[in-house]
Amino acid sequence: MNVLSVGEDALLVEVSSDDEAQALHAELLRRRAEGSLAAREIVPAARTVLLDGLDAPARLAAELTAAKLPSAPPRARAVVEIPVRYDGPDLGDVAAHWGVPESEVARIHAETEFRVAFCGFAPGFGYLTGLPSRYDVPRRDTPRTAVPAGSVGLAGPYTGVYPRSSPGGWQLIGTTDIVLWDHARVPAALLSPGTRVRFVPSAPGAGS
Amino acid sequence: MTDRALAVVRAGALTTVQDAGRPGHAHLGVPHSGALDRPAADLVNRLVGNPPGRAVLETTLNGCAVRPRSSVTVAVAGAPCRVTVEGRPAAWGAPLRVPAGALLDVGPAVSGVRTYVGFAGGIAVEPVLGSRSTDLLSGLGPPPLADGTVLPLGRPVGVPARVDVGPQPAPPAELVLRVTLGPRDGWFTPQAVRTFTSGAFRVSSASNRIGLRTEGPALERARPGELPSEGMVLGAVQVPPDGRPVVFLADHPTTGGYPVIAVVRTADLPAAAQAVPGTPVRFVPVRRR
Repeated sequence: MNVLSVGEDALLVEVSSDDEAQALHAELLRRRAEGSLAAREIVPAARTVLLDGLDAPARLAAELTAAKLPSAPPRARAVVEIPVRYDGPDLGDVAAHWGVPESEVARIHAETEFRVAFCGFAPGFGYLTGLPSRYDVPRRDTPRTAVPAGSVGLAGPYTGVYPRSSPGGWQLIGTTDIVLWDHARVPAALLSPGTRVRFVPSAPGAGS
Repeated sequence: MTDRALAVVRAGALTTVQDAGRPGHAHLGVPHSGALDRPAADLVNRLVGNPPGRAVLETTLNGCAVRPRSSVTVAVAGAPCRVTVEGRPAAWGAPLRVPAGALLDVGPAVSGVRTYVGFAGGIAVEPVLGSRSTDLLSGLGPPPLADGTVLPLGRPVGVPARVDVGPQPAPPAELVLRVTLGPRDGWFTPQAVRTFTSGAFRVSSASNRIGLRTEGPALERARPGELPSEGMVLGAVQVPPDGRPVVFLADHPTTGGYPVIAVVRTADLPAAAQAVPGTPVRFVPVRRR
């Protein structure tokens, strides 16, 4: 693990893969829960975990540098199912990138088990990994000024669902009615780092 | 609604409700938020007898005007401005009593950017994830004030401070930001790092609660390509593709993919909140303590 200092009281721990970042994140959460680590924020991302609001960052940096990377975390128990209509405007473009018919995009996507690698961009927006790297797609050349809430999109190695309407450059393949973020709900976020996710196809117009 | 409330008569350019923010949710993509000039927000709470962290109003450049429905102790601090109650001059930086139905006008900032208005009992809008702060990046918390908005006030619990004027720093004529380099200074050429720590930057008018943008020399990258998204801290100096450093303030995104060349000391961020566009900025490298 490569440990970088960030300002006065934060550390950025670099690892070499998404899986390693998730394992390290789970281990750091475990240590915070048992009381051996005091951190205000533990923020996993693609290849890093950020620890912010530390009392003794230099001591922790030395300790983490010497530590062995934890093994893969136990899989989360429940799977969150997201009903989706594969009716997105970029379905054709994604099918062309993948070199498959449009109907195959839905099948491949719905057969994949995803995991929330990290969150960001907006409250409740999860970056979901699980698709093999041959299905990576670029962002759209021109971002849309308004992507509707509930849009299911792809960008790079990630799948994501827009919690609310916002500008965005992801390739849109579908739509869901599920509420990703509701601050009156506990927990407010349907998806948090580590959550397992499956997309369940529903017929166009079903449930609406 | 009870009569412990305020009616907004003039919302101003951008007036928001702010408290100590909502830490602890960055892993869900929730920004920290909270008052940009925390010492000024703390001061107005202390002056009206509130415990720390009660919600106050944060104005931007041209103040605001409100009419409390019942008499209330108020304090105005942060960016200096003219304060009037029913047209009569009133104190800035000290507790003052506003009678029921009287118009409290917080004038345009004479210098600085953000004026803070505290009310005994605090602004009592419904908290979201433990905070009443307006978060302009993600839209959490109450929307910015609009003319006609009515805001509930909490019950006063303390006694107003017995002071003539609370001491506070003047807005900066030159913004000196102490920084520790990294974590991604290696993504820039040595020349760019020298330019960053010695160059003349200015506060850009495109600055907001998300970031203090700068104008000045562009910083050249040594490494091309994308940085995978990583967690971002308050005070991070991110350098987007145009090469102009942006200092992340309270409503900053929790993850980002542009390299962070340095991080500003938290103690220097209140001054950044009060630096008007055009103010010269210097980034001064310091060692970690």
